This record gives sequence, C-alpha cells and structure tokens, in this order.
Amino acid sequence: MKLGSSLQKMIRSWSRINSLVIKEVLAVWRDKKSRVMLIAPPLIQLIILSHAATLEVNNISIGVYNQDSGWYSHEFIQRIKGSPYFSHVYQYNNPKDVERAINIQEVIATLQFQPHFSRLIAAGQSAQLQIILDGRKSNASQIVLGYLNIILQNFNLDILRNNGLEVPEPVPLKFRSFFNPNLDYIYFTVPSLVAILSMLLALMVTAMSVSRERENGTFDQLLVSPLQPWQILIGKMIPAMIISIAESTLLMVVALYLFKIPFRGSFVLLYASMIVFLFSIVGIGLFISSISRTQQQSILGSFVFMTPMMLLSGYATPIENMPDWLQPFTNLLPIKHFFIVIKGIFLKDITALEVFNNTWPVALIAGFTLSLAGWMFRKRLE
Amino acid sequence: MTLPRDLTDISIQITNVTKVFPKMEKPALNNINASIRQGIITGLVGPDGAGKTTLIRLIAGLFLPTQGTIHVMGLNTQTNSVSLQNITGYMPQKFGLYEDLTVIENLDLYAKLHRLTGKKKDDGFERMLTFTTLKPFIHRLAGNLSGGMKQKLGLACALLGRPRILLLDEPSVGVDPLSRRELWKMIQELTHQGMTVLWSTSYLDEGDKCEEVILLNEGKLLFYGPPKNLTKQVQGRVFQVHVPLKERRMALKQLLKLPEVIDGVIQGSEIRLVCSSQPFSFSPDPQWKPVTPRFEDAFVDILGGSSKEDSILVEHISSKEENSVPPIKAQNLTKYFGDFRAAFDISFTIQRGEIFGLLGPNGAGKSTIFKMLCGLLQPTKGRARVSGFDLKTASSEARERIGYMAQKFSLYEDLSVKQNLDFFSGVYGLTRTQRNERVHLMTRIFGLHPYLNENAGLLPLGFKQRLALACAVMHEPDVLFLDEPTSGVDPLTRREFWSHINGMANKGVTIMVTTHFMEEAEYCDHIALIYNGLNIAIGTPDDLKKKAKTELLPNPTLEDAFITLIERSDHGENL
Repeated sequence: MKLGSSLQKMIRSWSRINSLVIKEVLAVWRDKKSRVMLIAPPLIQLIILSHAATLEVNNISIGVYNQDSGWYSHEFIQRIKGSPYFSHVYQYNNPKDVERAINIQEVIATLQFQPHFSRLIAAGQSAQLQIILDGRKSNASQIVLGYLNIILQNFNLDILRNNGLEVPEPVPLKFRSFFNPNLDYIYFTVPSLVAILSMLLALMVTAMSVSRERENGTFDQLLVSPLQPWQILIGKMIPAMIISIAESTLLMVVALYLFKIPFRGSFVLLYASMIVFLFSIVGIGLFISSISRTQQQSILGSFVFMTPMMLLSGYATPIENMPDWLQPFTNLLPIKHFFIVIKGIFLKDITALEVFNNTWPVALIAGFTLSLAGWMFRKRLE
Repeated sequence: MTLPRDLTDISIQITNVTKVFPKMEKPALNNINASIRQGIITGLVGPDGAGKTTLIRLIAGLFLPTQGTIHVMGLNTQTNSVSLQNITGYMPQKFGLYEDLTVIENLDLYAKLHRLTGKKKDDGFERMLTFTTLKPFIHRLAGNLSGGMKQKLGLACALLGRPRILLLDEPSVGVDPLSRRELWKMIQELTHQGMTVLWSTSYLDEGDKCEEVILLNEGKLLFYGPPKNLTKQVQGRVFQVHVPLKERRMALKQLLKLPEVIDGVIQGSEIRLVCSSQPFSFSPDPQWKPVTPRFEDAFVDILGGSSKEDSILVEHISSKEENSVPPIKAQNLTKYFGDFRAAFDISFTIQRGEIFGLLGPNGAGKSTIFKMLCGLLQPTKGRARVSGFDLKTASSEARERIGYMAQKFSLYEDLSVKQNLDFFSGVYGLTRTQRNERVHLMTRIFGLHPYLNENAGLLPLGFKQRLALACAVMHEPDVLFLDEPTSGVDPLTRREFWSHINGMANKGVTIMVTTHFMEEAEYCDHIALIYNGLNIAIGTPDDLKKKAKTELLPNPTLEDAFITLIERSDHGENL
C-alpha cells in the first residue's frame, strides 16, 4: 500500500516534468524565429567556417624586385608562378615600392635579386637573394618562407646538376600523414566545428530558458504551480539536451554526407561522450540563466564563457604553445576533452579506454556545473 | 480654410472617417463624425477593440484615414503632418520612457527631440517639474517610479513642446485612485489654459467627469455629447437594493434572473440594478431605492446590457468542505528590501468562501504582501500560511490546491491556447482523462473555441485574461489568488469575470484579489487598505466608507473612502 502511493507520487511527479518538457520544446519550436535560429545559422556556419577557417596558406601574393636581367632570376620567378600556392607575382622597380607593397599588405613577401644575379651563378659563384617577410602575419609568412625554401632547394640542385655535377640528395624528405593522408584541413576543422556549434547552441538554448520566463513574467506562474524547483530544473535540462543532441546529429549528418569526412570510430561511444559533454554545457547555461534577469544578460553571460572556451580549447592555437602556467587550466574546459574524443572517433577509431579517459573529466565538470546551476537557481528564488 | 463663426472653438474636426486595416474583416473605425471642442476634456470611451487607440493615432497623424478627413486646428492630417507634430502632444498607452534613465535625463531627451535649448529648456523643466510635483525625484530612475509617477513623467515629456492639443491614450490604467485624481486635476488645469484634451479611458467614472464623451463600440460611434445626455437615458431605471452582506451574491444572481433587469453589480451591501427601457408590466419593488444614474449604467445600457447567464464554471465546481484551518492567514508579515520597508506587521485571516481585497496606491506594498502569501517572496519576519502551509516549501500536492493569476499576462505567448491549457492541466497533476474533459470545459465556458490553435500572445486582451483565469481555475483550487484580474478589460467582461468569481466564492472557494478598481473592491467581503507598507484599515467595504464619513462627505463612495483614509494616514491620524 505504502509502495503503491509512493509509486503514484513518482508517476505524478514525472508527469508534471513531462508537461514542462513538452512545453519547452513547443515554445522553442513554435516560435518561428527561434526555429530558424536553430537550423539555419549552425548549418551556414558549418559550411562557411569549415572553408574559411583554413589552416593552409593559399592564394599567396608575392612581390619581386629584380635588379638582374638574366636567365636564372627569370627561371626562379617562373618556378614561383608555376607553384599552386602562389597566385599573384607583382613586379617592383625600386625599394620604395617594395616597402609600400608590404605596408599596404599587397604582398606577404618580396624577393630581391641582386644585380648580376645570373652572371654570378653562371660564373659558378654565390649569388644573393633577399626575402622580406611581413612579420605581422607571423604564422603565414613562416609557411610562405617554407614554400620558398623548397623552391630554392630544388633550384640549387638543378643548377648543380646542369653544371654536370651528379650530386645525390643527401637526405631526401618523404612524408606521409596518418589518418589524414592528403592533409586535408577540412578533416580537422569539420569535426571541431560540429563540437563548437553544438556547444554554442546548447549554451544559448539553456541560457535563455529561465531568463526568458523571468522576462515574460511566466516564471512566477511556474513557481506558484505544484512544480518543485528541482522539477523545474530537470524540466529545463531535458529539452535542452533533446534539442542539442538533435542539433549535433544534424551537423554530423552534414559532416558525413556533404563533407564526406571519414568516420572510423563507434557511434555509440561518440554519443555517450557527447551526452556527457552536453550535460556539462547545459549546466553552464542553466547557471547563466539562473543569475540573469533578462535574455540580454543571458546572451552577454554566454559570451563571457564562450570566448575563453573557444580560444583556450586548442581549436585555434595548439595548447602546447600556451604558457606553462595556463595549460593546466585548459583541462577545466569540457570542449578541450571533447575535441580529442570527436576528432579521435571521426578520424582514427580511438579505443573505448581513450574515450573514457577523455570523458570522465567532462563528467566531473558536468557534475560540478549542474550542481552549481541547481544551487544558484535555488539561491535566486529568494 | 475659413470656418463658420460658431465653429471657431472646434479644434479637432472629424469628418466621415473610416479606417480599414488590411487582413481585418471589419473596419476598425466606421464613418465617424465628431467636432472636438477647444479647452475641455473630451472622453473617449468604449470596450476593448472599439477603435479608441486607432482614432487617437489618426488624430495624431500616425495613421491616415482610409476614407474621410481629420482637421486639427485647421490642419489636415493627410497633408500637414509636420506642422501637426508641433501642436499636438501624444501620450501612448505605453509611453516611451527610458527606464534606465533618470527623470531629468528622460526630460532632457524629450527636450532635445523638441529642439528646446537654453533658457527655454530650463523654463520648460521648471514649469513641468513644479506642475507634476516630480521635483524631489529628478535623480530617480524612471524604472523605479510608481505607476502614477511614471504617467506624470510621461505627461511632462509630452507637454514639453507646449502642445495645443493633448492626446492621452488610457493614461489611468494601472494607476491608483489617488494618483488618478491628481492626474485628472493636472489635466483640468491645462484645459483652463485653453488646451484641448482627448482622454481615452476604460474607467467609466472618468467618463462621468468629462465635459463631452465619444462612445465607440466595434468601430462605430454610439454616442457623442455631454455624458449627462447619455445618463439621462437611464433616468428612473437605476435602483439600489439593500441586502444582508452574506446574501448579496446569491441575491444578485436571483435579481439578474428578472427579465426587466439588464445589469446588476454589487456595491458593498447594496446591489445596483439597471432596468430595461422596454415597458414591462412591473412596478419596482418598494424596497428598491431609485438612485441617480452613473455613466457606467448608461454605458452598459447602450451596449445592450450585461450577460445574464449564470456562470457555467460554477456548475462544474464541487463545493469546498468546511475545514478548521483558515484558508489564508497572515501573521505579522514584514518584508524589508535593504533599508526599504515594503510591508510591516501585516496580519489578517481570511475565512473559507470569502473574497478578500488588497487595496492601496501604487507602491504601497500590496504586491509584496501578495507575493509573500503565494510563496514567491520570503518574509523578513512573520508567517504566511495558505491552508496551513507555507507555500514556499509546500509539497506539490499542497500547491495543487492553489490557483494563481498574475497581474501581467503571464502565459506562454508562443504556445497556442490549447497548448497553454494542456500545460497547466498537466502541471497541476490532472490525469489524462480529466485533462481532456477540463480543457474542453474551459474552452466552452470562456468561449475560447475560435482561438484554440492561435498563439496566446495574439489574443485580444479580454480573451487573454479569460485564458489566464481558465488556467488558474481549471484544477478547481480551494484558494485563488488574483492580481488585478480585470485591469484594462471593459465593464462587460469585468461583470462576466465577477459572475465566475462570485459563483466560486459561493461554492466555498477562498479568493484573494488585488485591484485598482473601486467597483471591483465593492464585491469584496473584506478589504485591507495598504499604505506605506502598513495595513491602515481593514473591514467590509461599508466599514471603510463609514470610517471616512464626515459632515462634508455624508455619503462617501469607496473611492472617497480610499482617498480620505490615505490622506488621514499621511497626517498621522490614528484610524
């Protein structure tokens, strides 16, 4: 008898939460603006950002100040033009123009061939070639220098061979990339973007959920209702999870079928890890929502979390390059761990143990953010 | 254009004006003619959706009429809209005050909009701040002003450009009687200086005080002229019947069944009746005391009388059983926000089946007390008990016995009417079969059928309020909290609401209500008058009137009592 009544109580309690979940999903779905917001921007962002956030250096413009008029400098310039990386080669006739071209970023680097460049080489002497790089774009200019170095290396070898010297290449470089044989940057960016966009959405949906009710005055109505605070919290959490899992699935479908990113691992492991990851984000979102009075504050609050999470996640810059004191803090970011999991599962079928090793920290963070949200939610009720 | 001599005091000439909005079946205004005179207050009255706001916007030149013309001081609104702006001051329902700016910053902003600078600006500020008595508050944020003070500030901003025509769209909604009276005096003063004022209102007692009244219904002009011409039409047909306090709700129900009665309201221990103009073979009961008609009597009469149907809702509510625990009990309730004392030592007990009213000026502490009782605020001191429970910590089962309707419409605007009903029935723990049955019933009772699949946010105001009441009562609560339930709705809808509320009280539901409408307060069994966080008077409506009785005021209305008691409290008199 006792058991029966407590079971009944539980059923009633879940039926209440169920009503709230249905209401939340309907509220997001029926509002045309929020419906469009859920689908269009993430898809557009995935498609555009995956191309824009390229890590390769392409379409390079380079300047040439040629004080030589012979065959060798001409040949060198032709080799640059022949490379797929360089799209424009500008000719300059004096150092002033070179300076100006770098200044206004017309070119990222310039080559200066000294006078008699060709004659010196033909005479078997060393000739000088000066390369000026735009130090403001330090990464890109280093890569450009790398390209130029390879061209120069081949150029030197060919001269030696033409001069009848049969020099074997001391250490010929041959490399292969595992998991991404063609070094297609898109293999790297798309799974990362799936994680980032899912996170952004989960955060926004939850961050607005309580504050929207506060702003519209419906929150009091909920508090007066038989729903207990913990039931409201669960009722806010479940729909946010449903929406973000659906969103992640949508993005993954696009990644697999539009971008044809290989998927080598296990879907079960990926979803398990993703659910833990999204819980941790939903916890942050609910925390933001609990302290915000208006939706505007929620949005601002989300940005406070988003920016460091993006910059320290290892997506834009390798964590290994950050200062030593900063690196341990990146472990507090759920997305850092999830990046390892999602890229690992997509590209190299990492083991369940590896997934677990990179998921339990997220579970700890989720436990913390959700408890924090619950605590803040109750605290703010007064 | 030259006007005939006897028309020179006409400042707004409305000729054959029709306004049709796209996608609307009926025109918002249908062939309106009126000549609004200079230097008086002309009232613009009518139920919701009558076309009041549309007419005001047409006069302000914000819309153009579909047909017909409007001349304001000789300027055609279609061709002279720029010069029109310089002579009209328009205060919309929601005046564009910036809540995050202070009073003086708001004034500054409007001065800039009117290109007022230098001495002209200083003089204008001085004049307005003195006039509105807002001087002590110039550094307060507009968002922290009371409803009445906000309206005064809005008025000050609208008056900065020294308009000759003042258009006020429902300036008194959400404003307590005291501030309303002050606002009225201020506007009257302006008309003495020759200003033309058009004042739209849903408070019909204000209609009585206007020199002329335009009465609209569904876009048609029903009456235009001095209000006494309208009230004359019901002369001799308005009566008061004295009934014992406990029986008045049943008595009203019985009296409304008489075929000759077209309207009935409770006024303390009296019932006010309006009889039909059709000749009936009846001679009024000698106990019926003929009284002077008010504007509202004539208003209901011209709209064809109020609905005489019994509340179907009540038939479907089971009687609440007697219980030794009082449904609502406040014990020494005290609330401080920082140093600010919002409520102090409030105690009262409400009996089963009683309607209890919380009255008081804006910012007096009504809402604080109301929220403490509902469990939305934690009292600093004292206890709030509803059916013996502290609602803040009560179990779900205890809270299922409560119904709550918030002041502002607070249902889910993006959800349809049906989805709102489904949600609340689910949250209040109704079983699936109960839910369907109740949702169906509520739809029938409140006439929501045509709107079932429409978003709640798009409903007309009257239906929003009906839906809110439906959501609050569908689970048959024992105790019902209503925060300004009929704010902004027209008198006919208000009567319909009160037939439900009265019926529920008869079934033993206990009802707590806050209100600014004195008519609504008349329905209450007991009233607590809250001022400066203190309970300055408690008793039946007649008790309060008796307390305010003086030689000068032998027969005070409840509004008189409200104002007198608050003024006495200001002078430190012991009540």
